[in-house]
Amino acid sequence: MWIYIVRRTLQGVLVLCLVSLTIFSLVRSLPGDAIIMQLDQAAALSKEDLARARQELGLDRPFWQQYGIWIRGVLHGDLGHSLTSRKPVSAELGKRVTLTLHLAILALCVALLIAIPVGIISAVWQDTVMDYTGRLCAIIGLSFPDFWLATVIITFMAIWWRWMPPMGFEPIWVDPVKCLEQLFIPALIIGARLSAVLMRMTRSALLEVLREDYVRTARAKGLRERVIILKHALKNACIPVVTLIGQQFSVLLGGAVIVEVIFLLPGVGSLTLDAVMLRDYTMVQGAVMFFATVMVGINLLVDVSYAWFDPRIRYR
Amino acid sequence: MQSEKLQSQTATPQQPRQRTRPRWRVLIRRKPLGAISAVILCGLIATAVLAPVIAPYDPYRFNLNERGLPIRLQPPDAKFLFGTDTHGRDVLSRIIYGARVSLIVGFLSVAIGTLAGTLIGLVSGYWEGSIDQALQRLVDTLMAFPGIVLALAVLSVFGQSLPNVILVIGLVIAPGASRVVRGTVLSVKHNIYVDAARAAGASSWRIILRHILPNVFAPILIIASVWLGNAIVIEAALSFLGLGTPPPTPTWGGMLSGEGRRSLETAPYLAIFPGLAISIVVLAFNMFGDAVRDLLDPRLRTH
Repeated sequence: MWIYIVRRTLQGVLVLCLVSLTIFSLVRSLPGDAIIMQLDQAAALSKEDLARARQELGLDRPFWQQYGIWIRGVLHGDLGHSLTSRKPVSAELGKRVTLTLHLAILALCVALLIAIPVGIISAVWQDTVMDYTGRLCAIIGLSFPDFWLATVIITFMAIWWRWMPPMGFEPIWVDPVKCLEQLFIPALIIGARLSAVLMRMTRSALLEVLREDYVRTARAKGLRERVIILKHALKNACIPVVTLIGQQFSVLLGGAVIVEVIFLLPGVGSLTLDAVMLRDYTMVQGAVMFFATVMVGINLLVDVSYAWFDPRIRYR
Repeated sequence: MQSEKLQSQTATPQQPRQRTRPRWRVLIRRKPLGAISAVILCGLIATAVLAPVIAPYDPYRFNLNERGLPIRLQPPDAKFLFGTDTHGRDVLSRIIYGARVSLIVGFLSVAIGTLAGTLIGLVSGYWEGSIDQALQRLVDTLMAFPGIVLALAVLSVFGQSLPNVILVIGLVIAPGASRVVRGTVLSVKHNIYVDAARAAGASSWRIILRHILPNVFAPILIIASVWLGNAIVIEAALSFLGLGTPPPTPTWGGMLSGEGRRSLETAPYLAIFPGLAISIVVLAFNMFGDAVRDLLDPRLRTH
């Protein structure tokens, strides 16, 4: 099992290297002076400032050297300076990471709390009214774009209850009430969409598992249906669901970007969009690198968790 | 050129079944929801094509009242069924024209994405070895970016335009599609008829196109139909964030953003109609995709 984990970790590291190379070459595919021009637009800079910026960005060096310098900085936690605010990118990211992770985890919890029970009900009472209702809700839920849902909710809450999302973010360990007040609805919007996908997978995975021989054996033993489903079937049905969580995490983070923008939440998502709009390329690099790292980390976690769900992997 | 080749190859194995029983009849009988959604989608295509005929107003025109002032934020009434926006443009006409962008982006990006994914998947699955490893790490890399974030980053560098939006969404679709195709190729290529073709001296590309590709056709169709809805949502989200097709071209996502969004409290109908248009179309695509999957996925058919 350890060999498996080590191999997967190395693969993850390799992917992160490729990711960094991709982001770097994407931004460098601009003509070098586009970045300098960006600096010029942001503020009236003196000649020395420009020369310093050019040197700092290393735009006069060959590509590989530039990349080497950048990646060495990244490994030391230095992502360069924002082209617009001139503040360090890592400090700016650090301030906003907490909120985005709060939002992502909360949304995942919401999604699981809806998806697993509804999926079980739908599978156990297959082809009943409950099953059809669950599936219909899921497919409708999948069809509402999150940005529209968020826009409509925020508009009508403002019209009907004069409710506005509170400003300024507090982590859950500082002020849980304020944190939830601020993040619950955004998390619900992101989570609802994810729950639709996960519910469908829970249902079909459970249906498949319930046809297995060992479930029949458990029934023949006279075990109660509740024990069979929750203890024997669900754990095996979880494998495809967990895989899907890994794949769908990108949807979750994408949803976070959109919801942060609409609810004016100071997270990495809104930071990314601002950076894109201002053509602040170092900030874009840093933010995209953050998202990719989270994705690689989550998928690593998913793969390692297979070992817990599926003992066959443990002994391979 | 490659696509024509692919299509002509895939048509061959489909013909016998079509002769025995037309596919649309199967669809109606076994998947009524899928059939309904197919009708909705045909309606959508007709709307997009016939937009100039159907739309009551010019979607770009600032409609003026008798005093020569723009009719701004007029709530829905008999004259403007869905009301007017902040510039006095007719919302219904803009929604009708907006169908064009959504459909063009949806179909083209899915075509590009699945085609690229299929090529990568075929090569990767057939030859395995170091080509496979290299391609799969590339796919891993692309999959490490959340779709929207990848799109934002690419559009920030290459600028926003309709072709760029289409290419970027294709780029988001391709890696996942290639995985599915690769998986199918890996399971198919050890069949005896593949060995037989090889023994008969067929070239690798001939084996891939004639003997493996037809097996990949069903999964590709499933991915494509599932992704159509997603592609439309991504396009709308990008337009909403201000990075899609640049204004004044009417897009459903764009209608929900910018000035429209700021005046939502006084004119909530501005948010309702474009959003409903997206939802209905995506719902139709999703139901259609589900029906296609149920009909084509032999594993599910046996249950």
